[in-house]
Amino acid sequence: MANLTFELETERKKISQIAKDCGLDFFETIFELINYDQISQIGSYGGFPVRYPHWRFGMEYEQLSKSYEYGLSKIYEMVINTDPCYAYLMEGNSMMDQKLVMAHVYGHCDFFKNNVWFSKTNRKMMDQMANHATRIKRYIDRHGYEAVEKFIDNGLSLENLIDRYSILNNPQNLTDTKSFTQNDSYLFKVEKPYMRNYINPPAYIAGQKLKQDEKNLQKTQFPLSPVRDVLSFLMHYAPLEDWQKDILSIIRDESYYFAPQGMTKTLNEGWASYWHSYMMTRYILNDSEIIDFADHHSGATFMQIGGYNPYKVGIELFRDIEERWNKGRFGREWSECDDVRERKNWNKNTNLGREKIFEIRKIYNDVTFIDEFLTEDFCVRNKMFVYKLNKETGKFEVDTRDFKAIKAQLLFQMTNFGQPIIKIEDANFENRGELLLQHAHEGLDLQPNYMDATMLNLFKIWKRPINLVTIMGNEAFLFRYDGNQYSKHSLSDNNKTDVGGPQVPAKA
Amino acid sequence: MSIREDQSRFKSIIKAKVRDDFKRYVTSGELIGKREDEFVKIPLPRIDIPTFRYGPKQKEQGVGQGDGEASEAAGNPGSNKGEAGNQSGEHMIEVEVSMEELADILGEKLELPKILPKGTKNILVEKNKYSGLAPVGPEGLRKFKQTYKKALTRYISSGTYNPDDPIIVPIRRDYQYRAVKKTPLPHTKAVVIYMMDVSGSMGDEQKEIVRLESFWINTWLKKHYKGLDTRFIIHDASAKEVDENTFFKTSESGGTLISSAYKLCQQIIQADYATSEWNIYPFHFSDGDNWSGEDTRVCLSLLKDFFLPNVNVFSYGQVESKYGSGQFLKDLQKEFINDDRLTLSQIEGRDKILSSIKDFLGKGK
Repeated sequence: MANLTFELETERKKISQIAKDCGLDFFETIFELINYDQISQIGSYGGFPVRYPHWRFGMEYEQLSKSYEYGLSKIYEMVINTDPCYAYLMEGNSMMDQKLVMAHVYGHCDFFKNNVWFSKTNRKMMDQMANHATRIKRYIDRHGYEAVEKFIDNGLSLENLIDRYSILNNPQNLTDTKSFTQNDSYLFKVEKPYMRNYINPPAYIAGQKLKQDEKNLQKTQFPLSPVRDVLSFLMHYAPLEDWQKDILSIIRDESYYFAPQGMTKTLNEGWASYWHSYMMTRYILNDSEIIDFADHHSGATFMQIGGYNPYKVGIELFRDIEERWNKGRFGREWSECDDVRERKNWNKNTNLGREKIFEIRKIYNDVTFIDEFLTEDFCVRNKMFVYKLNKETGKFEVDTRDFKAIKAQLLFQMTNFGQPIIKIEDANFENRGELLLQHAHEGLDLQPNYMDATMLNLFKIWKRPINLVTIMGNEAFLFRYDGNQYSKHSLSDNNKTDVGGPQVPAKA
Repeated sequence: MSIREDQSRFKSIIKAKVRDDFKRYVTSGELIGKREDEFVKIPLPRIDIPTFRYGPKQKEQGVGQGDGEASEAAGNPGSNKGEAGNQSGEHMIEVEVSMEELADILGEKLELPKILPKGTKNILVEKNKYSGLAPVGPEGLRKFKQTYKKALTRYISSGTYNPDDPIIVPIRRDYQYRAVKKTPLPHTKAVVIYMMDVSGSMGDEQKEIVRLESFWINTWLKKHYKGLDTRFIIHDASAKEVDENTFFKTSESGGTLISSAYKLCQQIIQADYATSEWNIYPFHFSDGDNWSGEDTRVCLSLLKDFFLPNVNVFSYGQVESKYGSGQFLKDLQKEFINDDRLTLSQIEGRDKILSSIKDFLGKGK
């Protein structure tokens, strides 16, 4: 498969060895040399050579290839989380660029292999994607292109409604219907089979069951507790054909596969940038390449005023952490010291920096990373600020340089990794089989036109009216789409007399 | 790679969108400015799959880096790498649509009939095409399917065909080869002559309407005639020939003698376009004001004696204006009732452009 030229292959071996010597631990990584058109194709497929047929990949391709042809942007590196890892080098890049990309890629590969959020991803995703493509092509043959495409469009509309935090528990298990309905929590744990009837006597079980049935009668709540994995729920309970269920499961699988990458963007890019910079400047570059390297490195880690660059924040944080743990700038003593001079010269020669950053790449994600390691010193040194849109002038202005505000803003942007949290509260709302969704409002409103369109797509799958509780402009509303028209009912107290307004459960 | 299929599927979705919004493009003129030789570029909002996502407020606030005191301008947060995703709604994409496709959409929307060029005016050109069959020829041109069919026919007619063992072995006389066939191709020439009243009573809006109409008329005619000629005449009290740019930009004042334009048009046709070889389409746009009844009579007789017998169709479009009397249209209607060599259309405003185009081109001439 690998089609590297002799020179590139020589460099690859060298860089791979250097990376291993630095302590990076990665699956075998296969580099392929491809031209710009191929890189646009693969890029639009999210890094994979084969995906199921869908127009949105064509749209991506159109944009990637055009913006390359017009000289607006260029994909430097692409690597996919599989075993072995596949990475792509673009023909015609300079040798320095190729080396930079290889060093960077080894950083990513190490991250994929070791970060805990990736531990449950399917490492044979390349095959899985091809398998998905085959299945969808088969459905197209059987049910027609239009029908399948329409259904995929509907499904993709709900693509982000998965439970990102369940990744560690292997989301495949969630497809188990039990988690939605049965509740056998009254059973005591049985260690030895022969004790079963003593620990949980049949009479006791019967009694508990009866109790629960009564309870269920009173409270016909379904699902029993709110469900975040909306796609999985729909797969099980929406009135769908088998092929439609399968398409939802394909969309869900791919969504879960890509989820960890969205959860560790800053960490992952920071880690790879840290390592390419470390290895390039110490072991790989020759004298004539240093200027070009500096140019390209600063281009990648340049933070536009008012922009957020995960490469930049990531690499700076890793370097900061390494220094702090090398000099012992952590723990109670450090945080209680407020003598400026002492802090400046603080060095306990602990030399734990390297160990610490390897630990971080193993067990953190972006949210925990920023939450724990973004310090006031760091913000001051990197001149960070919160900007706001001044509505009068229409310009963006520096709002504050207060550390707490910066941190809050960063974490806020990353809450649920930039996706709104939406749960299925009740699938038999009003006892009419309607779906009730609850948006956990975090201070940002949903975009109304997208909300309506998504509810429409959800209706096409659930086939009963869709209700969504959210806050819009500081007022709680229940939005409803019944298949023909949209309506909204205010939920605030003074408006409770809304005519015919449905009873709405208290906000979760 | 199958990305090509996805790409063409995406393009056809986009084109369907253009089709749906066609009326807007016809009346807004944004296409004309974006015209290149063979393509027009149509700006469209990027199509998105809707998801539950945060609204625009999210973009009003963020973390940045750099110098500056509170409430100093922080620069414009541009699109930054890495954070793709939830900011796609505002991107515009440009779709390239060929003039040919545009004409198809126009034809489909207005249900325009195909133009049948006048019979005698077609010059036939013979062209060689490999669409025939011959029993001899080079092996490289052997048609497998036809050869098989021939052999199968022979088997069946001779009764040797066995359905349980359907092996067909062609012999020499079954062989079929591609062969040259002479195909006559109609080659037609056409000219469009636009005439416009640029007297004081024609305002900018009226001229814009003419500009839009002429763009679409050209698009449609170009589809039917390769190498379409266009000529432009402006007139007030006197007429002159101008180039396209001047045609739409000139503003004169003064009176109106429509006959001056008709006479110039007659001269152009007589000089450059032999009526036996050319399909001729004169279009005249005015607000319907003419200087005198006398001049109108000159026009009518020119029409009757020269234009109508010699051109494919003569089109007159009357653009409503505050100052025009609109008399000329009435005169024409009175004189030529039910003469289908003359097309009349009244354009009250931008909204009527589409229906007016249908008036002009709906006859299929």
